[in-house]
Amino acid sequence: MTATLAVPPLATSQDSAVELVGVRKTFGRGPAAVTALDGVDLRVGAGEFVCLLGASGCGKSTLLNLVADLDQPSAGRIVRHTARPAVMFQEAALMPWLTAARNVELPLRLAGLRRSERRVVAGELLELVRLGGLGDKRPHELSGGMRQRVALARALASAGDLSGVGAGAGAGAGAAAPAPALLLMDEPFAALDAITRDVLQAELLRVWRATNTAVLFVTHDVREAVRLGQRVVLLSSRPGRVVREWDTRQAGADLVTGSGEHAAEVIEEITSRLREVISSHAAA
Amino acid sequence: MPQPDVPPGSTASEVELGRSTPEPQGSTGATGAADTAGGAEPAGGTRTATATGTAGADLSDLSAVGAGLDALDAPQRDSGRGVRRVLTAALPPVVAVVLLVAVWQVLWAAALWPEYKLPAPLDVWTSFWSRVRDGEVVGILWTSVHRAVLGFLAGVLIGTPLGLLVAKVRVVRAALGPILTGLQNLPSVAWVPAAVLWFGLNDAAIYFVVLLGSVPSITNGLVSGIDQIPPILPRVGRALGAGRLASARHILLPAALPGYLAGLKQGWAFSWRSLMAAELIATSPRLGVGLGTFLNQGQSFNDMPTVIAAIFLILLVGVGIELLAFRPLERAVLRARGLTGALG
Ligand SMILES: Nc1ncnc2c1ncn2[C@@H]1O[C@H](COP(=O)(O)OP(=O)(O)O)[C@@H](O)[C@H]1O
Ligand SMILES: [Mg+2]
Repeated sequence: MTATLAVPPLATSQDSAVELVGVRKTFGRGPAAVTALDGVDLRVGAGEFVCLLGASGCGKSTLLNLVADLDQPSAGRIVRHTARPAVMFQEAALMPWLTAARNVELPLRLAGLRRSERRVVAGELLELVRLGGLGDKRPHELSGGMRQRVALARALASAGDLSGVGAGAGAGAGAAAPAPALLLMDEPFAALDAITRDVLQAELLRVWRATNTAVLFVTHDVREAVRLGQRVVLLSSRPGRVVREWDTRQAGADLVTGSGEHAAEVIEEITSRLREVISSHAAA
Repeated sequence: MPQPDVPPGSTASEVELGRSTPEPQGSTGATGAADTAGGAEPAGGTRTATATGTAGADLSDLSAVGAGLDALDAPQRDSGRGVRRVLTAALPPVVAVVLLVAVWQVLWAAALWPEYKLPAPLDVWTSFWSRVRDGEVVGILWTSVHRAVLGFLAGVLIGTPLGLLVAKVRVVRAALGPILTGLQNLPSVAWVPAAVLWFGLNDAAIYFVVLLGSVPSITNGLVSGIDQIPPILPRVGRALGAGRLASARHILLPAALPGYLAGLKQGWAFSWRSLMAAELIATSPRLGVGLGTFLNQGQSFNDMPTVIAAIFLILLVGVGIELLAFRPLERAVLRARGLTGALG
C-alpha cells in the first residue's frame, strides 16, 4: 500500500529547517507577467530529505532560488532556521581557474577563514566526497561525476555548520551555535549518464547521513525522487503550487534493497499523478 | 544481517548495475555493517536497520562502480615530449627564414634591380652588425622600447578601469562602446598630425598616439572577457556568499582573464605600431633616435641596408615581446583552464 499524506505532516516540533507560507513569484509586469509560483506552502524539517518533483518549467528552480535567497518572493513568507544554505546546480559550475581544493576553499575564503584553516576544512570535505587525493586537479581534468562531487563539497563548505564532518570542520567554520544546515540541489545529476547518476545518488545519501543536513532536492525524475527523498512533494505547473505529498521512506529503502514491488507501486502512482497534472494543461 | 542475494522482483536497473560488478560478497557485508554502526541517522529518519545495512552493501558495490568510472572518466594528460615539441615548433619558422634569405640572395645575384634597391643580404648584415658592435643599436632600441612599454603600461592603467566601467555600467557602455570600437578600427597614425599640432614635436605627442592605439584594444578586450563569463559563475559566487566587491575580485576578474589577456596582447601590438608610425613621421633632434627615426634616416640617405636593418629590428622587437612576455602568460592561463585547443 502507499503511504499518502492528505495533509502535510504537522510540525511536531519547531525544528524545521525552512518554512514557506503562501509564497508567490511573478516575473515581469503588466500583461507579459509570468506567475511562476502561487500559494506555495512547504516545510522542510531539520535533517529531512525532501524531493521537489514537477514537470519542467513548473517553477522548481524558481522556488529553490527563493529559498537560497538568490531572488525575492513577490508575496508570502520564507522563514529559514538555518545558516546560509548550500546550493548545488545542474552544472557543477566550478571556477575553471582554480584547482578542486581551491574551489572548495572559495566559500571559506569569502567567509574570511585563514589559509591554514581553509586547507583543513577543504581536505576533510574532499575526503567526504571520496576525492581525497585529487585536490590539486583542475576541473577540466576531472570527469563530470567528479566535478559534481567537488561542487557538492564546495556547497557543503558554504553552509555555515557541518556537524558530523569532523571536529576540525565544525571549529573551522566558526559556528558557535550550530544551526541546522540546509542543502539545496537543483537537478544536480540530470546531466550525468545513468551509471554515474546512480553512484552519485548513493554518495549523496551517504553524505546526507554523515552530515545530518536537511536537503531540498529538485528533480523531474520520479524514480530519483522516490529513491532519495523521505518525502516527495509534487508541484503543479503554471502557476506552481504543491499538489500532493508522499511519504517515501519505505519505498526509498525498498528501492535500495531491491524488494521493488512496493516502490514500483509508489513510483507508478506518483508518475500517473504527474501525468494528470501535465495533461490538465493541454485541456485548459 | 539479511542480504538478499538476488533482488526479488527488481525492476531497478540501478540495483542490477550495482550487482553486476564482481565484488566479493564478504567485503560488502563488512562495509554494510560499518556503515550502519557509523551512520548517524537523521532526526525522524525511520529507515529500518535492514534497509540501512543493505543500503551500505549496495553502496560499496556502487563505490566499486564509482571507482571504475573515475578511472575511466578522468581525462588523460599526454606527457609532453619536451625536446621534440620545441623542435616541431621552432624548426618550421627557421627553415622559412633560411629559404627567404636564399631567395633574396638568388634575386640579388641575378641583378634584376640596382644595388641601391636590393642590397646583398651580406651587406645588410654588415651594416646591421657594425651598428650592434658600436652600441648604436642599443641606444635606438632603448629609446623605442622604453617608450612603447611606458605607453603600453599607461594604456593598461587607463584601459582596465575603463573596461570595467564599460562592461558593468549600462549608460557608459551605450555612450562609449561604439566610440571605442571606432577608435580601435582607426589606424592611430591618423592622429600623428593632430598630436604634433596640439603638443608640438615632443614625447607628449608620441605618447598621445600610443595611448590612442592601445587603450581601445585593452578596454574592449576586458569588456569582451567580462561579457563572455558564463552567468552561472557569478550566481554561484552569490550562493557561496560573495558580495559585490568580493565577486568582482574572486570571480569576475579571474573569469575574464583570458579575454583581458587577448586585449593586452593586441594592445601591445597596437602600441608598438603606433609608436613606429609616430617616430617615423615626427622626427626631431629633441625626440632622440628611435627605431622609426632610424628607419626615416635610412630613407633620407638612400641607404637600403639601414632601411632593411631597421625593419628587421622592428619586427624582432614586436615578435620578441610577444614570444617572451605574452605567449608564456597566455599559455599558462589557458592551460590552467584546460583551454589547450588553441595552443596547438
Ligand atoms: N528570470 C525569469 N524571467 C521571466 N520568467 C522566468 C524567469 N525565470 C523563470 N521564469 C519562468 O518561470 C517558470 C518556471 O521556471 P523554472 O523555475 O526555471 O522551472 P523549472 O526549474 O521547474 O524547470 C517558467 O515558465 C519560466 O519561463
Ligand atoms: Mg530548473
